[in-house]
Parts: sequence; structure tokens; C-alpha cells
Amino acid sequence: MLNTKEVDLVVVGGGPAGMAAAVAASEAGVEAIVLIERQARLGGILPQCIHNGFGLRFFKEELTGPEYAHRFMLELEKHPGIEVKTGTMVIKVTADRQVMTVSAAEGLVCYQARAVILAMGCRERPRGAINIPGTRPAGIYTAGSLQYLMNIEGFLPGRTAVILGSGDIGLIMARRLTLEGIQVKAVLELMPYSNGLNRNVVQCLEDFKIPLYLSHTVTAIHGQKRVEKVSVAPVGADLKPLVEKGFDLACDTLVLSVGLIPENELSLQAGVELDPATGGPVVDSFYHTTVEGIFACGNVAHVHDLVDDVSTESAIAGRAAAAYLRGEIRGTRWLPVKAGRNIRSVVPQRIVTGQATPLYIRARFPERDVLLQVGRGRSRRRIVSPGETIYYTVKPEEISETDGWIGVSLEGGEIDD
Amino acid sequence: MTELTCIVCPVGCRIRVDRDGNGLKITGNGCPRGLTYAREEMTAPQRTLTAVVEVAGSDCMLPVKTKVAIPKAKIWAAMQEIKAITVHPPVTIGQVLKEDLAGSGVALVATGTIDQDEKRENL
Amino acid sequence: MMAILEVDVLVIGAGVVGAAVVRELSRYELALLLVEKEVDVSFGTSKANSGIVHSGIHDRPGTLKARLSVRGCQLFPELAAELGFLYKQNGAVVVARSREELAGLEKLAENGRANGVKDLSLLSREELSRIEPNLSAELAGGLLAPSGGIVVPFDLVFALTENAVANGAKLMVGTEVRGIKVEKDGFLVRTNRQPIRTKVIVNAAGLYGGEVAAMIGDHSIQLYARKGEEYLFDRKLEGLVQRTIFPLPSKVSKGILVIPTVDGNIMIGPTAHRVENYDLSTSVSGWNEIYSEARNLVPSLQPADLITAFSGLRAVGTTGDFMIAPSMISPRFINAAGIESPGLTAAPAIAEYIVELIKESGLPMPRKRRFNPLRSVVRLRDINPQAQAELMQKDPAYGQIVCRCEMVSAGEIRDAIRRGATTVDGVKLRTRSGMGRCQGGFCTPKIIRLLSAELGLPPEQISKNGPGSEFLFGRLRGNQAEKAKEEKEYA
Repeated sequence: MLNTKEVDLVVVGGGPAGMAAAVAASEAGVEAIVLIERQARLGGILPQCIHNGFGLRFFKEELTGPEYAHRFMLELEKHPGIEVKTGTMVIKVTADRQVMTVSAAEGLVCYQARAVILAMGCRERPRGAINIPGTRPAGIYTAGSLQYLMNIEGFLPGRTAVILGSGDIGLIMARRLTLEGIQVKAVLELMPYSNGLNRNVVQCLEDFKIPLYLSHTVTAIHGQKRVEKVSVAPVGADLKPLVEKGFDLACDTLVLSVGLIPENELSLQAGVELDPATGGPVVDSFYHTTVEGIFACGNVAHVHDLVDDVSTESAIAGRAAAAYLRGEIRGTRWLPVKAGRNIRSVVPQRIVTGQATPLYIRARFPERDVLLQVGRGRSRRRIVSPGETIYYTVKPEEISETDGWIGVSLEGGEIDD
Repeated sequence: MTELTCIVCPVGCRIRVDRDGNGLKITGNGCPRGLTYAREEMTAPQRTLTAVVEVAGSDCMLPVKTKVAIPKAKIWAAMQEIKAITVHPPVTIGQVLKEDLAGSGVALVATGTIDQDEKRENL
Repeated sequence: MMAILEVDVLVIGAGVVGAAVVRELSRYELALLLVEKEVDVSFGTSKANSGIVHSGIHDRPGTLKARLSVRGCQLFPELAAELGFLYKQNGAVVVARSREELAGLEKLAENGRANGVKDLSLLSREELSRIEPNLSAELAGGLLAPSGGIVVPFDLVFALTENAVANGAKLMVGTEVRGIKVEKDGFLVRTNRQPIRTKVIVNAAGLYGGEVAAMIGDHSIQLYARKGEEYLFDRKLEGLVQRTIFPLPSKVSKGILVIPTVDGNIMIGPTAHRVENYDLSTSVSGWNEIYSEARNLVPSLQPADLITAFSGLRAVGTTGDFMIAPSMISPRFINAAGIESPGLTAAPAIAEYIVELIKESGLPMPRKRRFNPLRSVVRLRDINPQAQAELMQKDPAYGQIVCRCEMVSAGEIRDAIRRGATTVDGVKLRTRSGMGRCQGGFCTPKIIRLLSAELGLPPEQISKNGPGSEFLFGRLRGNQAEKAKEEKEYA
């Protein structure tokens, strides 16, 4: 027979989001918590992110990924109410909060939870999703899998590489490859600006004189068995390659850092509504999704620049789940966010009235000297860019219920080129 | 005039540095750490180096870092020393693995923990 | 001098035709050998097939193609029940894109009936949109062929080969035929490995069928390669169409199709262009052609839902029909060449036909008393939770999920390696691990480890699909040669 266990809270995913949410829920008084992680150990992607730059916002000191994860593992040890299940994969979540799991240790186990926090994180966009023409040889890696192979497994994955995409992982891996003696011929970016943090462009590329080609892409992959070279071309304003201006770069490895996709297959099964702008669930100020008793936080909700923000947000979700289990925060009043000029996404999408809500806002294109408007609130920003989160905490007095929504927009900027 | 992107924190302020007689005039930094960064970057740039080292008897790696930033010019020499290191478990997070890495005066420390009997973590 | 391997029948090429022939022959008391030059079976044309079991409406009456594809289509349901490969009789619909094309549908239906295809029916525009609501509203009508199906082509090849081997046939991969000498009672075959003496040869070498025939002086087989690109969408589109959707065919090809795969993806393609080299790249022009055609059938398809693309080469003959016959040089050398579409459908019937040709050649073929037609594999994803739980209790490796997108366990991957996979692609094609939406980003390192452990090889020798396609160049540390080289460079 199928084994069913009743618990207060199931947290799906033991990365930074899941760990912070479980700890916060436990601190807020939730007793029976199960934290489920599919990998053999906690930490999610952090153990392979051996570089520094984590923790400045949350711990006020600079940590590496493994160190950041370690802080939370120590926290978890203080909470005996949190039962950690590693090597366990969630295969189904239902709207009535049944969570079906599989593991080598226990086989198939079903949890009936009173609340669920979704913290599955995100995955990398593969080659097929961006439809690069050419052959299908060995030597094509997404940046994250390359990072895993090098930093956890200790393998040498190639000798000469080209990186497509200037997101943070792509930039970090350009430096990492270089330090290990692998020649990085170029980092290519489809857009006219880098998608990563400026500091990473400086310390990962400029420090090592790795060329960054903005407005360029890979137009073909060559090599029958192993990558032999890639064809590269600049793109026009419509982002279409100008093949006649193209050139080839010889390499045995192509690294893709072309975007992250929140992993919401389980959320969809549970009937949670997704926001097409973020790829994650529509949530309110409590990170409560559109399905009663199911919360979502971390990169499953929206892709973050900084793990520190994941921790902060997930603690909100953890405390909110605790409040929900006490019978609070049900049927709270909220207003939807309405994205205006130069706004790609805003999280949370539903703002609970009568309290302050920290917002994560993303611009569509880079601009200088803009005015950020959120409801009745105003704030000047020197630079906005799609690669960097815009932070704003909307206060209760900036919200007018009579509007029926909260407008968010960037006004009067100068386009940055 | 030099324009720098501050790498102290993820905000990435754009700092302007102008020669001002014998000194430097630094503007655009969002905080005092930016001031220090810009001054150092112009005179003796520093970077924290992170990498992995081999673990005897295991096929997973141990992550490491320089305890504080080291001179940028010493990064390659430091990397060569790191490549030659093999640690023996157990290793605890924060443990010093090598003092005075590449003559920088800075220690190399473990940023992860490896138990005595840890062979492989995944699978 | 290496010992000569003596067999009764040598089948050259472990694609779907070779595999079906050897499985059919394994019903008899014969020493059978199937050789394949690639490192695994189904690594050539059969890997990159559209996976359609055609009803037989398209082929010209009286051709081998028509006869064998209708028969093949009839054989599939029972074969799938015996061998447990992924097959579904989902039906096919040929659609008319305009009122002018409606007459073409009627002609096609007549053609199908002449070939013996059963239960064909013409659909009005309303009937069409009732059974396939996501088709374009512009379509004028359809022809429904309920006997049509879909199959995972490489799974069929694995199933046929494994069952043949279970019934005593021998399989040698990585074995390339280099020369054939005609002898009095058979052939002496030179390979990159040991020599083989055989009484009968079946030439199922696909694209290389002409070269193999030429080895005995038979120059009648002239083949060229026709490339077909295909594009695969995320499984979240499952159910977008239930049946395989065909446009009204042109003279050259069956056109660009919208195919629901057995695994729940939607696939569009193939292109059909003659190529001079055997390169398997996909192209911008291929995508543009396929996407614009497919959107005429199913307008809601979006490039954002793509997960991968691939291309395959079909061996096309000069006669317009399959070229299946004993060679003019020797009646015991049987060519099975030019097996283009609907070759996959016809394969089980081609196998029956070739067995008859071998019997006619005079080879004594007593029936095997204990032929076991059955073969089964564990597929966690396809069994109910109760059965899953029992399986995991018996063997915890089935509870250890390696491929998260397609839910494939370490147990199934281990089984695949024991069934013959030696490469990451071999594991992927047998288990689906790495075929899902992340395309192996998470599971490839784990599969490399499992292959390394099970085969007793270092990880750097594990390849994608054979020598030259290794993933890794050794370890970052502890590689002494590497260290010395770097130190030298540094100095």
C-alpha cells in the first residue's frame, strides 16, 4: 500500500529558498515540517557556485556559495521540527496539497500537508530552446552543468571555449575556465548590453581580457563528433543575424548561458496560475499562490540576481505559511500590479493592502535617469537595466484602493547606449 | 579621467577617478567601500580568488578561497599553487589549507566541509 | 590470424530493417549474426526517423512499398504487444488546405482502398475540427485513416534486437564490413574485427547499401541521401493533436507533418532534401520551411516551446520503390536497399519477405521449438503507483530518480547499460533520460558516472555516441601530464 503521512508543511526543494522558508516557518511556530531535496545534499545550486559575492545583503559579509549554504545548514540543525529528506524527488503536488515523493531510501511516499511551499528553483535554457542550427556533437554545455562538472566533479571539460550569453553564470564560468587553463575565445551576447551584473563583466571578463561581443550570436555549430568550431555573426536591430558579416571561432566547447526558466511543472499540476512575464506563479505579498495553502518563493517564483534576495523573500513565505496554518492571512485584500512603461515584470503580482511590500521589478530595456513610479510612490534611479533588479518597497499610503490596481512604470528616462 | 565599475557589491556603482595634483579625486561611489575600492584599483588592485582543490581518496572537489583579497598580479601564481594542493579528509569549513599563498601573505581556506568517509555526494 | 566466425546468415546493418530481419530469422534454427559499424544499434537512419506507422494510403498500388507497408502496419499491434516497445495506434488525418484540394483527398482515399487500407473516411471541415480542435480553421476537410500509428523508432530497433539476441542471435556493434569474397557455398567477409564466413548475407546497410553490394561486384544499387530535419516541442503541448496530421502530399514527399509522439511531445517535420554529404546539421532554412508549413496546420505552435531539433538521412534508391531482391551476382546475397519512407512501417513485413527469399535460396531452415516472442523492460513512468512502489521496494535503484524531466531512475539506466548501451546517447535512446525539457543539463554528469561505473571505464572515456565524442578531457587535478604541461607554459 502507498504510505501516506500527515504533516503541517511540506517545502519542495532544499536550495536557498527552501532552507530559508523552512527555517522561518519553524521559527514562526510550525511543528511538523518536511523539507524535500532531490539531490543527495542540501544547498541546491550553491555548492557548485564556489565564487564569492554572496551574502552582502543578507549576512552583511561576503561569502562563497558553499559558505552561504553552510550558514543555512547550521540554522536547520537548530530546528528539530524540520525533517530533511535528501535524495528524494517530488513527482506530484495536488491542489489539495498532497505531495507524492520518490526516493531510493523509502520508495514512494505521499505526504498530506496543510500547507505547501514550492521552492524548486529554475533550470537552464538548453540549446534546442534557442534553436541554434548545425550539428549535434559532444562539447555543448549549459553554464550550470559545466560548473557542476568542474567544481563538484573536478573534470576538465574542454580546452578552448566560446560562451554564448552574458548572464552572470556565463561570466562567472568565463573566469573559472580561464583560471583552469581553458582558453575562452569570446563571450557573445545577443543583446546590445550584458545580462549580467556590471561587477561580473569587470572582474570576470575585463580582468582576464576576455572579449565580450555585444549584439552577436552563434549562427551554426560545426563538428560531427566533438564541437570543432562555431559560426558567429553580429545581429541587427531586429536581433536577426547578419550572416554576411559573420566569422568562425575554433573551439571544442560551447557554453550556453542563455537564460533560466523557473521549474513550474509541479506548480502547473497543482493548478497554480503562472505569470508569463516571470515564468513563475502569480503570488501576493505573502508569496501565497492562486491555490489556497500553496506558497512559492525563490527562483521558482522569479529568477533572482542575488541569493540574498531569495533568502529574504523565502523567509516571508515561510512566516506567511505559518500564519496561514494559524488560520490567518486568508481572504486578505489585495490589488493587482499593472506593468506600465519599461516594466517587464513585478513580483509580487498582487499587493496586499494595509502593509508595506518589497517589490522586485525588472525593466525591459536599459535607461539612465528615470523616475520609478509605484502607485503614488516616486523614486529616482540613475541606471536601470534588464540585467539588474530594481528594488522598491511600496508603502500602504502609496496605494489607493479606489484605483483598483497599482501601476508600476519607469518614466522620462534617457535610453542608455 | 578613468571610469570604474565598482565590484565591491552587486550594485556596481560607476565611479569616476580624476588626477587631482598628486592625489585622486573620486566621485560617483555609493558608499565608503567604493572609495577604498577605487583608490586600490588605481594603485594596487586586489581580488579574492576562489577555486577547488583535489581531495585524497575522493573524486569530488573541495571549494577554497583566499581568506581576503590578494594582489591581482599574484592570481596566476596563486592558481598554480592551488593546483598542486591535495587535501586529506576530514576538512572543515574555514580551515586554513595553506598559509601565505604565492607570497601574498594571505591564507587559502576551505569553503566547504569534507567528512572522513565522504566519497561521492551525488548519485 | 584471427579465428573465422562461422554463421548461417549475416545481416549487415542494425537499423530497423536489419533488426527486424534478424528477429524474424531467430524463429529458426540458424546461426545468426547482426553486425553494425556504429557503437550501438539504431544509431543511423533509424535514430532520426519521424516514427510514423503509415496506414499505406500514400503508396502507388502494386509497388513493394504499398504491399509491405500495409502489411507492416497490420503487424504492428501484435508486435508491440510481444515486444513492449512504445507504439500507439493514434490514426492519421490527411487534410485539405483549400476546397481545391478536396478532390485530392478523394483520390488518396481511392489509392488507399486499392492498397487494402481499411476504414478510411472523408471528413467535412466540421467533423475535422470536432476531432482535432486545434487544427487551423482554414482547412477544408480531411481523410481519416484510423489504422495509422506512431512508434518510437529506436525503441522498436532495441526491442527487435534484444528479442533476437534472447533467441540466440549474435550482435556485434562497432563492426564494419570492409570486403566480401564470394565462395562456393557462401561468403568470406572481412571486417575491422574478426573475419566471418556465412552462407547467406542480408544487406541492410542503409545509406551504405550500395557500397556493401559493390563488394561482391553488384553495382545495381545506386543510392543517394535525403535529409529530413525535425523539430520537437515540450511535452506540455501533449494533446494539441491526437492524430498524425498530414497535408495533401506532393509528388516528392508526404509533406511537413504535425506528429504527436508516443512520449507526448509534438514533433514537426521532416524536410526532404537531397544532400551530397552525410552531415547531420539542422539549418535556418529547414526550420523556416517546417515552421511555416506546420503553422498552416496548427497555428498555435510557438518557437518558445521548442526543446530540440535533429536531422536524419534516408537512403533513397533510383527505382522509386524498395529494392529488395537477391543479387544478380549471388542468390544468397539479398539486398534490402532504398528503404526510404515508409520503411519503418514496412520493416516487419520486409523481414517476413526476406525470410521467404532466404528459404527460396535453398538454405535449410528448421523452425525453432522454443522461440520466445516476448521481451519486457521496466519503464517507471508508464506503470501505476502501486507497481512503482513494489518495484522500488524490491530494488531501491528504481527509487533513485536521475532524469528529473522524464522521471528515469538509476535502476532503468543500469538496465539500459546491461541491455547494451555504452554511450550517453545509447542510454538516452533506451530510457529517455536527457530527452526532456532540460535536454540533459542535470542528468548527463550522472549518466556519465553510471556508465563509467557499470562499464568499468574512466569517465573521460565515456562518449556521447562513440569514439571522438567523449565529453571530458580528464580531471582538473591529479592529471600529471596536464600539470607538467601547464607548469612549462607558466614558466
